[in-house]
Amino acid sequence: MKKAVQHIITPPLTEESCMRLMAGDSVLIRGSIYTARDAAHQRMVQCLERGEPLPVSLDGQIIYYAGPSPAKPGHIVGSIGPTTAGRMDAYAPALIEAGLKGMIGKGSRSGTVTDAMRKHHAVYLGAIGGAAVLLAKCILEVQIEAYEDLGPEAVRRLVVHDFPAVVINDCHGNDLYRSGRKNHLRSIRHA
Amino acid sequence: MKQIHVRDISGAVKNLCIEANTCLGEDVLNRLRECRDRESSAIGRQVLSQIVRNADMARDEAMPMCQDTGVAVVFVELGQEVHIQGGNLTDAIQEGVSEGYRQGYLRKSMVRDPFDRVNTGDNTPAVIHLETVPGDLLRLTVAPKGGGSENMSTVVMLPPSAGLDGVREFVLNWVERAGANPCPPVIVGVGIGGNFEHCAYLAKKSLLRDIGDRHPDPFYAALEIQLLEAVNTLGIGPQGFGGDCTALEVFIETAPCHIASLPVAVNLQCHAARHRQAVL
Repeated sequence: MKKAVQHIITPPLTEESCMRLMAGDSVLIRGSIYTARDAAHQRMVQCLERGEPLPVSLDGQIIYYAGPSPAKPGHIVGSIGPTTAGRMDAYAPALIEAGLKGMIGKGSRSGTVTDAMRKHHAVYLGAIGGAAVLLAKCILEVQIEAYEDLGPEAVRRLVVHDFPAVVINDCHGNDLYRSGRKNHLRSIRHA
Repeated sequence: MKQIHVRDISGAVKNLCIEANTCLGEDVLNRLRECRDRESSAIGRQVLSQIVRNADMARDEAMPMCQDTGVAVVFVELGQEVHIQGGNLTDAIQEGVSEGYRQGYLRKSMVRDPFDRVNTGDNTPAVIHLETVPGDLLRLTVAPKGGGSENMSTVVMLPPSAGLDGVREFVLNWVERAGANPCPPVIVGVGIGGNFEHCAYLAKKSLLRDIGDRHPDPFYAALEIQLLEAVNTLGIGPQGFGGDCTALEVFIETAPCHIASLPVAVNLQCHAARHRQAVL
């Protein structure tokens, strides 16, 4: 098994930068990422179907599947961990085709999404589900970019520093949920 | 008759919503630390360390440990010697949830209709389970339940011939299928018996127990331990990245059932296992 590597990545991501990321590698993200979840995805895909421009350009960008809790006074954001990515599977391929290069969430993706990731060289990253205070500490700026009426589901631009994530699905067809489990079971059998 | 004013009920529910979402129980934290210390996967240890650190930060800064502050599930044990004054119990609980989620800066995740999906704005309505009991106490338990783990829950009506092996196999397969989605390490709440809806309720209710509290019946206590060991040989591990610790605990609740049925429910609970109780 290849040793996991740590990468520092800054969007916009290129095909080449995605190709260097392997399932199991850890990444620290610096720069801007966008939040969007179920309702925002539905609207963005409807936008694309109507041939209209997206409210934010997704070219080379990373979407964080997250809806924060409200910010307390004196804070810029509340708790903000990842939500289950599988609910965005119906929409993700269209956004990947529109230039999206990275997704952050938790839980497994469908074959349709991983196929689109391989075809267009995109990656799916996992953040720790439930580590929502820890992740909030990596956020330096928050700006609502679209769909403010959706409340916690609005599209926000986050400026992050050293936001930690792990590569779950790389663009070469590897899946950490499968390999991590397999390698662990093999290692304890041989221990 | 003991008199309890609705104002006191709302106030208690409000505080419980905030406390439950910001302070992870010591029982859960201790089990997370134990599992971190004996986890053989390096990435698994890292994940568990961060979950523990996150819980410490949430408590210290009075922030919700998870952004998904859930559906507010409220279990009420109402002593039959209690008289509620100044209004009605249900409204008082809903008012407490509304205030708690507002004042605690908790996320409002409820939509008023499954299809129009308009947010109700204050996380009401809570799901309320009311039981009348002897005595003059009112016991309120608030258990916020996140969507990620709730979505990975299920009920099945097995034939009685499936027996103990059938139940074991079903629970194990279900946890395996859920994989990384419910944010492992999870707590596996299992309801066995009752009927269709009661079985699901039993699974949910089992999650109110403290980590390490075994079923009073030695047969089911042994089954809980056996299932926990079996789940933790699946290799799913913390966050599904591979590791020993897939579940922190397995709880079973049972009830009598029909001669034709063997209902089994699995209610998965993420590591943010939140519940808080007050007695008035």
